[in-house]
Amino acid sequence: MTRITVNVDGTKYSDEVEPRTLLVQYLRESLGKTGTVIGCDTSNCGACTVHLDGTSVKSCNMLAVQADGHEVTTIEGLAKNGELHPLQTAFHECHALQCGYCTPGMIMQSCDLLKNNPDPSEQEIREGLEGNLCRCTGYQNIVKAVQQAARQGKESGQQSGQGDADGNPVDLNEAEQTVGATS
Amino acid sequence: MSHLSERPANPVVGQEIPHESAALHVTGAALYTDDLVMRTRDVLHAHPVQVPHAHARVTALRTQPALAVPGVVRVLTAADVPGVNDAGVKHDEPLFPSEVMYFGHSVAWVLGETLEAARLGAAAVEVDVEPLPAIIDVKDAIAAESFQGAQPRVERGDIEAAFDAAAHVFSGEFEFAGQEHFYLETHCALALVDENGQVFVQSSTQHPSETQEIVAHVLGLASHEVTVQCLRMGGGFGGKEMQPHGLAAIAAIGSRLTGRPVRLRLSRTQDMTMTGKRHGFHSQWRVAFDADGRLQALDATLTADGGWSLDLSEPVLARALCHIDNAYWIPNARVNGRIARTNKTSQTAFRGFGGPQGMLVIEDILGRCAPLLGLDPASLRRRNFYGPGQTTPYGQPVRHSERLAAAWDAVTRTGDLDRRRAEIEAFNAEHPDTKRAIAITPVKFGISFNLTAFNQAGALVHVYKDGSVLINHGGTEMGQGLHTKMLQVAATSLGVPLSRVRLAPTRTDKVPNTSATAASSGADLNGGAVKNACEQITDRLRNVAAGRLGVHPSDVRFGADRGGIISAIGGTGELIPWDELVHQAYFQRVQLWAAGFYRTEGLHWDSATMHGSPFKYFAYGVAATEVEVDGFTGANRTRRVDIVHDVGDSLSPLIDIGQIEGGFVQGAGWLTLEDLRWDNSDSPTRGRLATQAASTYKLPSFSEMPEEFNVTLLEQAHEDGAVYGGKAVGEPPLMLAFSVREALRQAAAAFGPQGTSIDLASPATPEAVFWAVEEARAAASGQPDDGHVTASSNGDHGVVPVQPHGPARHPESERVVGRQAVEPAGVRP
Ligand code: FES
Ligand code: FES
Repeated sequence: MTRITVNVDGTKYSDEVEPRTLLVQYLRESLGKTGTVIGCDTSNCGACTVHLDGTSVKSCNMLAVQADGHEVTTIEGLAKNGELHPLQTAFHECHALQCGYCTPGMIMQSCDLLKNNPDPSEQEIREGLEGNLCRCTGYQNIVKAVQQAARQGKESGQQSGQGDADGNPVDLNEAEQTVGATS
Repeated sequence: MSHLSERPANPVVGQEIPHESAALHVTGAALYTDDLVMRTRDVLHAHPVQVPHAHARVTALRTQPALAVPGVVRVLTAADVPGVNDAGVKHDEPLFPSEVMYFGHSVAWVLGETLEAARLGAAAVEVDVEPLPAIIDVKDAIAAESFQGAQPRVERGDIEAAFDAAAHVFSGEFEFAGQEHFYLETHCALALVDENGQVFVQSSTQHPSETQEIVAHVLGLASHEVTVQCLRMGGGFGGKEMQPHGLAAIAAIGSRLTGRPVRLRLSRTQDMTMTGKRHGFHSQWRVAFDADGRLQALDATLTADGGWSLDLSEPVLARALCHIDNAYWIPNARVNGRIARTNKTSQTAFRGFGGPQGMLVIEDILGRCAPLLGLDPASLRRRNFYGPGQTTPYGQPVRHSERLAAAWDAVTRTGDLDRRRAEIEAFNAEHPDTKRAIAITPVKFGISFNLTAFNQAGALVHVYKDGSVLINHGGTEMGQGLHTKMLQVAATSLGVPLSRVRLAPTRTDKVPNTSATAASSGADLNGGAVKNACEQITDRLRNVAAGRLGVHPSDVRFGADRGGIISAIGGTGELIPWDELVHQAYFQRVQLWAAGFYRTEGLHWDSATMHGSPFKYFAYGVAATEVEVDGFTGANRTRRVDIVHDVGDSLSPLIDIGQIEGGFVQGAGWLTLEDLRWDNSDSPTRGRLATQAASTYKLPSFSEMPEEFNVTLLEQAHEDGAVYGGKAVGEPPLMLAFSVREALRQAAAAFGPQGTSIDLASPATPEAVFWAVEEARAAASGQPDDGHVTASSNGDHGVVPVQPHGPARHPESERVVGRQAVEPAGVRP
């Protein structure tokens, strides 16, 4: 067992984990963050995508111990102060989901995409999301949702010009309490 | 009660609303079965003991070593089954087999405190086997006469006379692959024992009632002692219609024996190696045309590759035979079907349920024969459409066949096909190593379960004293938007805003004896039942309102458009808010809930003679696809897709268009990318599925999206035989993807001289397209390799397909459905 300390969705956790534990297992089984799901086990589908220090990673492709000392954001921590992220709203409104299983990963990956390229072309969206599979939608509405969020981001960005890595307003009062999920 | 298809003014059905669970999905709050594990205490985890042989007799099973592994709690074997050791209902699918029937067949399950303990325990179980010969390939099964189940035949007209008189006769063979469902959520069940030994199973199942039935018979319990709930599925596509039952039963046995909750979730590789897929088929055919290219006769024998047990192979085969005509009038037909038994997973339902396979055969025939007839494939297809008054080979009138032409013409117009075809001709003339082509193909798909008995549904609607509404119905949600549509139906029937209606998860103790959510029929059947329940309630409320408003009950109007306000034609002009009326009705002791029921009227089907009118209606659609093929590699891209599809009066347009887009892409995956490879060598891994993860099994991704994708719903498409005039949409759009395959064939042909007939393997992977291009080039160099389609000279009848000679009988699957279905057994002369 190894002790790790990870900040997940704004809460600091300190836990003993087996070194072989995958980050996705830790999130789901130790922390109960079931919004992050497992689709393929082989790092092909992207359903398990989360952010590590603001950059997307496939959490089935990473060990929990590798997240030690880092900050993880899951789909459950994307909305800030009860306000949905523009991508969440867009996926909802554009019917960019059917069974919804790929949705958390798609949104987290789209976030990363828009962070690096706030005004992507349709082709750039397709390329940026290539590592995420959806078996239901045929992808059309997912592209539309990302386009809608990008448009919105541009409009609000012009107004405030301030935000964290995910395009959210910076929250200076992130919860600081330490929670032991398994202890 | 109002007419089934009639909509009130300003209905909630027909509005573009997003998926009812969308808010939960985008925040990660939506729960799937495996998410419940983290909310349940003391859960045990189940892991299979898979045997790496395609076919073998188990001579010894030693579980003791597993029990020595720390954390292993119990090993489940056949000896632990208190009831029937069968994962199905046909007694050909032992849950714990003594004979390994496919590579990776599980013979025992290990329960552990953690999944890791269970996995190590499973690895420690010792299984001795005596290997047996294995049949992997469908052709080997045919040669060995390894078949299972009934061998039905659809027959009409005088085949021999038609071939006698035909101007053109062609014969050929065609074998095509199956498809892995790859629902993004793998199979999962969580079983617990309630008070008094009753079992509660949460399962990722499209068919909770059958999961309940099988859990009960495996445990030796009555159905009322087992409850199955399905919150939602992360995709189903037919793969969770029959396959979840045995897995749920394993979890349930474990739970009964240990008294603890048992979770069984398959890893992706377990899911791919253990559960059934779409059937691949082999077909042998000959076809007759008149001098104008009109189909005169089709004589075909289809062999479905069923895998190791029957599962749903018989009804899948029946639907294949009932769809080999697709959109075309074939006056004389003889279509035989049989099911090969091979040592592979037991193939099962997959979106379209055999329909796509039957239709693929005729589309392949037309695609290959058009050049030999000297006709443009589009023209060949169009001239063979069903006309008014014509019937299918199995005897059903093709109602609304004019919609085929309407959709075809609409696609031709909106897709600007004439102009683009001219452009493509110019492009191809200038590009020796890159060719483009547009293909246009139709879909006609029969809606209803072939077996009449399944076309029934139930619903439970509660109106609470505060006016809020809770609905429950027998259908399951797998992303297709069924629950969204049911909410819209309820809001429409009750005349309340959508926000007043909530839907509770599908459970067998709420609505019993449900059919699978399958055959695209979920909205038709359950919508009929929800509407029926709601109207029982409004009929009672109508009397209460009539008394208060001083009018005749039939003059009372419920209105969603006015926020749930009840008014009357004439009378005092008083308006009663919904909540107030409900409250008043309660105090008058009026029943505010109802159980609804629906049965599809006017269906009849004899599965022994394969004759009747099994479908309530047909769904139609047409797609045109343009592709570009690289002559050096066969690599290709889809430049543009135009679709016009008939969903009746759409119940929920956003949902329906999503189904069309998703279905099309999934169909294109089956036909052009997804390549199941089974080890057919004589090595020790014979029978192993080589493509057992997304790393080796290529699924459609963003990269294969059509560059331009236009989907329109057919206008003026009311269907008066279905709830609120809508049509089923789950399966039919999958088959629009034939246009991709045919476009690839035409583009490959463009590398050869005009009139080159091209064989294209299925899936038409880039590699297959490359070989098709080579075939065309061989024709150009004067070495035509057209031995695959045999063109017969005048008076020659072509190569007659093998005629299976089994007696006509009802399928095994109906034998157990009920005596009623079995008794009127017709015997084929
Ligand atoms: S589960 Fe992590 S990429 Fe598929
Ligand atoms: S919505 Fe089902 S996998 Fe994407």
